[in-house]
Amino acid sequence: MISMACNIAGVSMKNPIIMASGTYGFGREYQEYVAPALLGGIVGKGLTLHPKDGNQGVRINETASGLLNSVGLENPGVVAFLKDELDEMTRWDTAVIANIGGANLEEYVQAVALITENAQKRRTMNRRGVDMLELNISCPNVKQGGMQFGVQTEMAREVVRQVRNVTTLPLVVKLSPNAENITEMAIMCEKEGADGVSLINTFSAMKIDIRRRRSVFENTYAGLSGPAIKPIALRMVHQVAQAVSIPVIGIGGISSVEDIIEFTMAGAAAIQIGTYNFVQLRAGAELVEGLEQWMQREKVNSLDEIRGII
Amino acid sequence: MAMIISNEALAPQIYVMKVQGNYKGKMGQFYMLRSGMSYPLLPRPISIYDIGEHDISFLYRVVGEGTRQLSRLLSGQEINLEGPFGNGFPQVEGSLALIGGGMGTAPLLLAAKQYPHAHVYLGFAEQSFGVEAFKAVAASVQVKVGGSIVEQVNPARYKYMFSCGPTPMLQALALQTVGTSSRLYISTERHMACGIGACLGCTIRTRTGNRRVCKEGPVFPVEEVELDDLHGM
Repeated sequence: MISMACNIAGVSMKNPIIMASGTYGFGREYQEYVAPALLGGIVGKGLTLHPKDGNQGVRINETASGLLNSVGLENPGVVAFLKDELDEMTRWDTAVIANIGGANLEEYVQAVALITENAQKRRTMNRRGVDMLELNISCPNVKQGGMQFGVQTEMAREVVRQVRNVTTLPLVVKLSPNAENITEMAIMCEKEGADGVSLINTFSAMKIDIRRRRSVFENTYAGLSGPAIKPIALRMVHQVAQAVSIPVIGIGGISSVEDIIEFTMAGAAAIQIGTYNFVQLRAGAELVEGLEQWMQREKVNSLDEIRGII
Repeated sequence: MAMIISNEALAPQIYVMKVQGNYKGKMGQFYMLRSGMSYPLLPRPISIYDIGEHDISFLYRVVGEGTRQLSRLLSGQEINLEGPFGNGFPQVEGSLALIGGGMGTAPLLLAAKQYPHAHVYLGFAEQSFGVEAFKAVAASVQVKVGGSIVEQVNPARYKYMFSCGPTPMLQALALQTVGTSSRLYISTERHMACGIGACLGCTIRTRTGNRRVCKEGPVFPVEEVELDDLHGM
């Protein structure tokens, strides 16, 4: 009997396929194309304490086997998310993961405290709240906050520590490939009480408009995602999975069942689909079905059989 | 996957692709088209040009690798298409002008079919294309190659105007409309990834805050849009 089920930091998921932050909205837009209940989980659009308009100018640009984005965390803010999106998200039978960013330490702490308080309140009313937090210390597209916390281990330590102090929710930290040392960063997260790490976020990258003799992006640099980054993401997941004992969620250019298997063999407990959602509108459904077929074909009853075997 | 019936050049770098199937859509909406090759990754948003009982057509210009791939597809080959997406032009009653510039003429053909009484203005920089399709359905079609078609439009004559084209053309039309009671709706364009409102890659600034071209647009009342923000696309 095949089971794709997995458990990340105490949250049960029917399969290890999670939709990555920023590529799936809050799920609403996709429900016509992929039934959310098929998925292991959905990570909502990156949230900040206050609403954010995001970046000006070009936000999306394609490159060889990849995608550059400079959205800049446009989002409605935590309060509006809790009020307008969470009811709908928790109606679906899939794990709801809130991705939290911040311009400074206080913003991270306040945003996480609000979500935690809301989850506790809802629980007393027998209603589902946010199931898990993903701390985004790795967005390369905002001038303040985001990646600056995710590059230096000591800076990141303070965020993880303070956030851990104000939440009882399962806490996953999303790591940046731009970190000075991603393995050290992951070890630090585990020491500070994180329940898991997810990696990688986008690479800081660039594209130049030679006709206008300037960067395509207002912020000069943008975040690179997609198949182009997959081999590097896989290497980083492999390194981190060997260094920590908390679950590692693999992210980075995953676009096929074979990619999912590779990340699992490298040690990932679950994976996230990002850019591929844009390539294939029904990516989530396609990969869930494909993974099950692969397991049947290869006579793998549980992904535990192949996890971390490399 | 759907089968391509034909994919022909109308002018240098300008193609019409006809795809078999019973597709829905209204004037100003678009589909996301992808050839199935591994590069480029993303599908391309292309306006609906025409819809028949058993087919749908797209008029497009080859501007980059994605559209180049589309142009190389042959009849009998398959293509991925998803849609219709976007809001489209509003249903209106009263006098109407349709003003298109270059590729901006593409989303106006369905409007011309729906409103045969509309006056059609088509402007082209170097070479006209697709004019016959408009002439077949519209009572009045004015064409200008080189210069500005906007000069031929008197907004005061129309209760409504639908327009799509290069930003300078839209800006000129918007200026010309100031002080008249004519309501101008413009179709906007932006790089897109998802096409359904999830990625926020195509957001533009409007008077009422950020709006997604793929979801709340691509058609907006001109007074809502910060036209300067459309530059550089």
